[in-house]
Amino acid sequence: MAEDQPVEFDTQGVKKRFMFVNRRAPYGSIYALEILEMVLISAAFEQHAAIVFIDDGVFQIKKGQDTKSLGIKNFSPTYGVVEMEKQDAEEDDDMDMVWRIIVEKESMEARGLSADDLIVGVEVLGADALSALMDAQDVVLSG
Amino acid sequence: MKFGIIVNEGPFTHQASDSAYRFAVATVEKGHRVIRVFFYYDGVNNGNKLSSPQADDRNLVKLWGELAAEHKVDLVVCVTAALRRGIKEEILADGFRISGLGQLIEMSLAADRTLVFGD
Repeated sequence: MAEDQPVEFDTQGVKKRFMFVNRRAPYGSIYALEILEMVLISAAFEQHAAIVFIDDGVFQIKKGQDTKSLGIKNFSPTYGVVEMEKQDAEEDDDMDMVWRIIVEKESMEARGLSADDLIVGVEVLGADALSALMDAQDVVLSG
Repeated sequence: MKFGIIVNEGPFTHQASDSAYRFAVATVEKGHRVIRVFFYYDGVNNGNKLSSPQADDRNLVKLWGELAAEHKVDLVVCVTAALRRGIKEEILADGFRISGLGQLIEMSLAADRTLVFGD
């Protein structure tokens, strides 16, 4: 890389709406884990975030995950940290950061699940409402 | 316009890296700027200098490096994703650097548009 290229940008005061779209089951591929790492890093930047679970992505936050027989680390407790970040932002009046944890209604119901089956508190939105919300984002990242 | 590009797949298995590269080239040719390309998930494999495709095929790792040199494009490989996949400084191709995920968020804040290539 050329030396005169700035690799740090002045993002002071920039506020954007990020949406993280979780579409896949938690352990069949690495996407769920690595998008979660993205979500957690974004907290340090105090940006607005909608963390969305659609399709098989709703299984990521299902209660009672046991990965022992898979030999893969159960990272589902980390979603509790996401919920904590969300609550911290809500309680801190000085922080201009709104986080929402959203599950698509159709995806949830098609899998026989309800909000009670999930390890974090969620907003349940229908596909149309979610589509409109997605349209209102500045940055949409998925996995 | 300032573009930030995220590449989420490695070279060759999927076309995503080819598409991202071609988009980046077209962007700078049209007089826009690519402020950073961030490689995540298996995309970190784009920075593996040991990649040796057959001579009559494109060499994506090299093409990215040439783009970085010619147009001062910042190529960043995510450290966490890279370490999982064995991509370290020792095998990092010319033009790439390894840094944290914060660089992805920072890029998205600085860019007018953030584009994602790959699943």
